[in-house]
Amino acid sequence: MTTLAGPASGRSRQLAGTGILLRLALRRDRVTTPVWVAVNALMVLSMPGTLRGLYGTTAERVGLVHQVEGNASFRALIGPVFGTSVGALTVWRVGVYAAALAAATSLLVVVRHTRDEEESGRQELVASGAVGRRASLTAALLAAAVADAALALLVTAGLAGLGAGGALAFGLGLAGVGMVFATTAAIVAQLTESARLARGLTAAVLAAAFVLRAAGDSAADGGASLAPGTGAGSSPLTWLSPLGWLENLRPFADERWWVLALFAAAAAAQAVVAYALAGRRDTGMGFLPTRPGPAAGRLGTAGALARRLQRGGVLGWSIGFFLAGVVYGGLTDGAADLVRDNDSARRIVERMGGRSGLTDAFLASTTGMLGLIAALYVVASVLRLHGEETSGRAEPVLACAVGRLRWAASHLTIAFGGSALIMTLAGLGFAVGRGEEVLPVLGACLVQLPAVWVVGAVAVLLYGLTPRLAPAAWGVAVAVLLIGWVGPALDAPRLVLDLSPFGHLPKLPGGAMRWTPVLTLTGLAAALTAAGLAALRRRDLAG
Amino acid sequence: MTKAITVCGLHKSFGRTHALAGLDLDVAAGEVHGFLGPNGSGKSTTIRVLLGLLRADAGTARVLGRDPWADAVEVHRRIAYVPGDVTLWRNLSGGEVIDLYGRLRGGLDPRRRAELTERFELDPTKKGRTYSKGNRQKVALVAAFASDVDLLVLDEPTSGLDPLMEEVFQRCVREERDRGRTVLLSSHILGEVEELCDRVSIIRGGRTVESGSLADLRHLTRTGVSAELAGPPNGLADLPGVHDLDVRGRRVRLQVDTDKLDGVLRRLGESGVRSLTSKPPTLEELFLRHYQNGPDGPGGSAGPGGSAGRNEVPR
Repeated sequence: MTTLAGPASGRSRQLAGTGILLRLALRRDRVTTPVWVAVNALMVLSMPGTLRGLYGTTAERVGLVHQVEGNASFRALIGPVFGTSVGALTVWRVGVYAAALAAATSLLVVVRHTRDEEESGRQELVASGAVGRRASLTAALLAAAVADAALALLVTAGLAGLGAGGALAFGLGLAGVGMVFATTAAIVAQLTESARLARGLTAAVLAAAFVLRAAGDSAADGGASLAPGTGAGSSPLTWLSPLGWLENLRPFADERWWVLALFAAAAAAQAVVAYALAGRRDTGMGFLPTRPGPAAGRLGTAGALARRLQRGGVLGWSIGFFLAGVVYGGLTDGAADLVRDNDSARRIVERMGGRSGLTDAFLASTTGMLGLIAALYVVASVLRLHGEETSGRAEPVLACAVGRLRWAASHLTIAFGGSALIMTLAGLGFAVGRGEEVLPVLGACLVQLPAVWVVGAVAVLLYGLTPRLAPAAWGVAVAVLLIGWVGPALDAPRLVLDLSPFGHLPKLPGGAMRWTPVLTLTGLAAALTAAGLAALRRRDLAG
Repeated sequence: MTKAITVCGLHKSFGRTHALAGLDLDVAAGEVHGFLGPNGSGKSTTIRVLLGLLRADAGTARVLGRDPWADAVEVHRRIAYVPGDVTLWRNLSGGEVIDLYGRLRGGLDPRRRAELTERFELDPTKKGRTYSKGNRQKVALVAAFASDVDLLVLDEPTSGLDPLMEEVFQRCVREERDRGRTVLLSSHILGEVEELCDRVSIIRGGRTVESGSLADLRHLTRTGVSAELAGPPNGLADLPGVHDLDVRGRRVRLQVDTDKLDGVLRRLGESGVRSLTSKPPTLEELFLRHYQNGPDGPGGSAGPGGSAGRNEVPR
């Protein structure tokens, strides 16, 4: 026994147990994190092939670059181009989105292993073991670092054929963005008492970083330079956003390696802040206090409860869809111009959006894309039933005079009605963004609904059969998303495209309205929902 | 006597686990019925069947004269349920949840709600996660006691309550009985059960091993007797129902089946009694007998499914 615990051993004790906690984190994430990383890497690594197919010759690529760099909305949405090589175009096309995805992966990992653990009370038991004060946060950051390193490795190895230096810079840049947001999440997780709020706030920081970069890039007055390294660059605004640092790193366009130091410095500084905050607070507590609520409530029905539980989500999706409509609506005309001059690109848009005018085709393909995203909303909303049941909150409600069907219907109304609401708002957003007629584009948005509902109804069926199957609904939504998004670009066979309910919808605006598929899909959604509810009524409730 | 709950030969399996293997339960209207059994013996499964959350594989269950699966909503209008582990919505205050549960049942007595909130010292303005375990239980308890219902189903309702609040809880249960309501109380706190319950059912391995009033149950078990005699004891070992006889000179200690107590006292009297203490079995002893030396053997090592036929209800 010694009382001579020097500063060194004191510090090392703060990290006691980190290895065990890291192994626990990696074990718990063994499915989700690899899926996130794999999807991200797949998106990046499929891009060179797609670009080669569309813009095979240097002349075609120069043409593309000339068009996009003159278009402010394109620079805002995707970013500036810094070269005409396939590598530089790959970074241009997917860089910001891959970086945002890496950021999302990292922030989810960090919040899951810090604030989620505290909120659920599991952290208390862990912390009572021989576990240092800094071990949990360190293990969470390391788990995020493992995910980001894996992504960097896959991207670097996969793109090495286009130039080892550029591939390495891109891989490290993506990992750098990931770690910056991992440490942002580490700070936010100290501030809030709710994991959901911590995720929301960090996502808001991510969105702000995207907007800053977009604003900077659109302001950059054709700032992209075709001659690499000649100095014309992005606006200073992009230096305020970690997502902007990635383009300033310029992978495949005379890399500016020192930008990597920015990522390291930012991540290190944020980590220091996170550790300082973590050392100054009690387990389970945050810095943002929870406000007291009313002593008496007005909720009196299952429907009112469901509306109260889902109103935040619906509000967020509504705002997002309206803004997306405005942005895409504003982009429509420029995009149509861009595609008009390139045969292969035009063919893709036509495959997604139909063969009428290019503007209509672009509108049809973007409204279709929003429909695919609305499928994610409907699954999330339907699965609130699953969350209520498995958390044990449904049990006391169903032990009151509330029938299962009424309870389920209260949430499903919001799921199905909510998807109609957000698609309507997207349509209005399009009209605002384009400043043209409302009805055609509103129709294009609403015609997506039967397919959205079919995906939601599949979720109802899976959940109704057994709660264990319910998470598979996410798999269905992602599969539909991939078919709709990547299918046309890969020229996938009709058989595959037909698997998705979205493949059967009429291409509006421009195309002819066909009622048969719309009514069939609506009927199918109703039938699947009814089957799911019937199964739910017959099965045991999970305890 | 009308029955609030009748359960007969209830079976329920989850995969290969037989949670309930022919469980019987009778709860008379207006009584407080204790529902006892070791962890994993099927108490919560039974309660979840009674609430219509699980469907029984075989057997019948009637709650307030109705089928709890088919008529769930009608039955639930007259039931208040308190689970052993209350989970609340993190963004709803305790007061909102109490009012919600009350309205989702038959309605809530606002005066009683206010009074109970006070008695349980509950702050109804706090939100979901900020409540401690005991305070989350209080939210569900206030909602249950303030609801206008005929039957309260309480599944280990006092876990996490401090002794003062335990007192308040017991007073509330007595008030409920005085108003003619029926209470099914599943609990591990034997003092609570002994204090409150008119009758108890003890289950083990998914079936009922004993049921009756506490007096009935005591009758079935042994009384501890220790005596100091004037002369040497004689013939005690031959008496029926005597166990663990320990004679040291003129001091005698023994266990006797309670219905054979008369014979032992007579035999002791023959030797002349200087002092005598007799201790009726506590519920603890009664309980431990079933937990440890029950028909399934110590620790319930035999699976409930494999012990079919070896279970006897002592008569």
